[in-house]
Amino acid sequence: MMNHSQPQGADYNYTVVRQFALTTVLWGIIGMTVGVLIAAQLIWPQLNFETPWLTYSRLRPLHTNAVIFAFGTSALFATSYYIVQRTCQTRLFAPKLAAFTFWGWQAIILSAVVTLPLGITSGKEYAELEWPIDIAITIVWVAYAVVFFGTIIKRTTSHIYVANWFFGAFIITVAVLHIVNSMSVPISLWKSYSLYAGAVDAMVQWWYGHNAVGFLLTAGFLGMMYYFVPKQAGRPVYSYRLSIVHFWALIALYIWAGPHHLHYTALPDWTQSLGMVMSLILFAPSWGGMINGIMTLSGAWHKLRTDPVLRFLVVSLSFYGMSTFEGPMMAIKTVNALSHYTDWTVGHVHSGALGWVAMVSIGSLYHLIPAIYGHGRMYSNNLVNVHFWLATIGTVLYIVSMWISGVMQGLMWRAVNSDGTLTYSFVESIEASYPFYFVRFLGGVFFVTGMLLMAYNVIKTVKAPKESLPAPAEA
Amino acid sequence: MDYGTVQGIITIVVMVTFVGIFAWAYSARRKDQFDEAANLVFSDEQSKNKDSGEHK
Repeated sequence: MMNHSQPQGADYNYTVVRQFALTTVLWGIIGMTVGVLIAAQLIWPQLNFETPWLTYSRLRPLHTNAVIFAFGTSALFATSYYIVQRTCQTRLFAPKLAAFTFWGWQAIILSAVVTLPLGITSGKEYAELEWPIDIAITIVWVAYAVVFFGTIIKRTTSHIYVANWFFGAFIITVAVLHIVNSMSVPISLWKSYSLYAGAVDAMVQWWYGHNAVGFLLTAGFLGMMYYFVPKQAGRPVYSYRLSIVHFWALIALYIWAGPHHLHYTALPDWTQSLGMVMSLILFAPSWGGMINGIMTLSGAWHKLRTDPVLRFLVVSLSFYGMSTFEGPMMAIKTVNALSHYTDWTVGHVHSGALGWVAMVSIGSLYHLIPAIYGHGRMYSNNLVNVHFWLATIGTVLYIVSMWISGVMQGLMWRAVNSDGTLTYSFVESIEASYPFYFVRFLGGVFFVTGMLLMAYNVIKTVKAPKESLPAPAEA
Repeated sequence: MDYGTVQGIITIVVMVTFVGIFAWAYSARRKDQFDEAANLVFSDEQSKNKDSGEHK
């Protein structure tokens, strides 16, 4: 543990870190609850109550935007502001601008909460928000970059710690992706059309989409991993040299993998094959990073028995390893012929989103929240442990049910009779998926229940008198 | 220069760059520097308290 020597907070700016940390929990609960609702709608369609703004089509983008940009990105803001100060041993640059990024980002989230259920959308997956909101995102993001890189410039350490490299790559690349993919021609305040057309539009969209995975949901969270895993394990990262090779290899390769979202489409065949090969190569840096994180525990494995926070972090790396093995495999064209458009893809995404992104964020927050409120640990370590098991079981239920459902759907869709007609109608494949939809719904309920326990635990920790929660004795 | 040659040159440049980064990261001269960098996560408690050393 880190802060039992003396209370923290005198030198660092924790205001904005606290704000983002608490909203991460709030948006996590909201975004995941919407996810559970739409999972239930797939089983019980009447749950849309015949209300347009409660339909699956409008709530699904609300769910994805809430978990990626409200929950995930708030977690990234909180941890990057925390880590950059502590590893550069300096206060945050431009604190007013940092406060602006918090309030600006919350305003953007609220505008998404209003516009998406109203059906206002540009129709691009994970980039649905209309052009006025896109401009606001750009402004807040530039402010974020100024605060982050400004802090790095005024650092008092000679070296820039590797976590900051990952955060830096995440901030710059997301800005580029967002601006290029959001280029559009507005025809009214709330309607615009993409500047690109046809296959080019599709390629730009999935260059954006896959790199949102690569740089927001991977590089940013790897920044978290490179700080909180060593910190919580009480030992430096397994190989700092590997982390440098990991960084450059990962950012150089991710950017080419987007075409695997467009196999067997109008995209030129060579582009599809290039995307497939680059996705396969991507396996190497992904696993390099995962091994670097997990091996940090060598000599400290016993801590996993007693420390549920470390367990969150290490299991998140295991899910990261699983999904970055699964991803390249699914990018192989012949595998993709079976998996694409099925629930397998949905399962793969959630193996990454719940298992990796959410669990590494939750583990990081369980380390960070006591630290920024002057405590040595969370209010209840037992609740952290219960949360760990709820999250793990929930994720496993989700991904296993979607694997089975997805492979089944793929097989049913491609089955042909001897006379060349399709063996199954589409509706038959949906009917066969119902039991798995229910298991997926259960998995979601498990995961959200864990988040509710977290909220209770966080409130109790925040409200506890200063230093009333000492760090557990060093194991 | 035709397109194939350009692609070939790019491939070589990228490969050399990667090997270069690898050699730079793993050169013996930088070992101490990187060990120090890896310990940055533990020297962040408070600047005045740098030598607490309990995590080393």
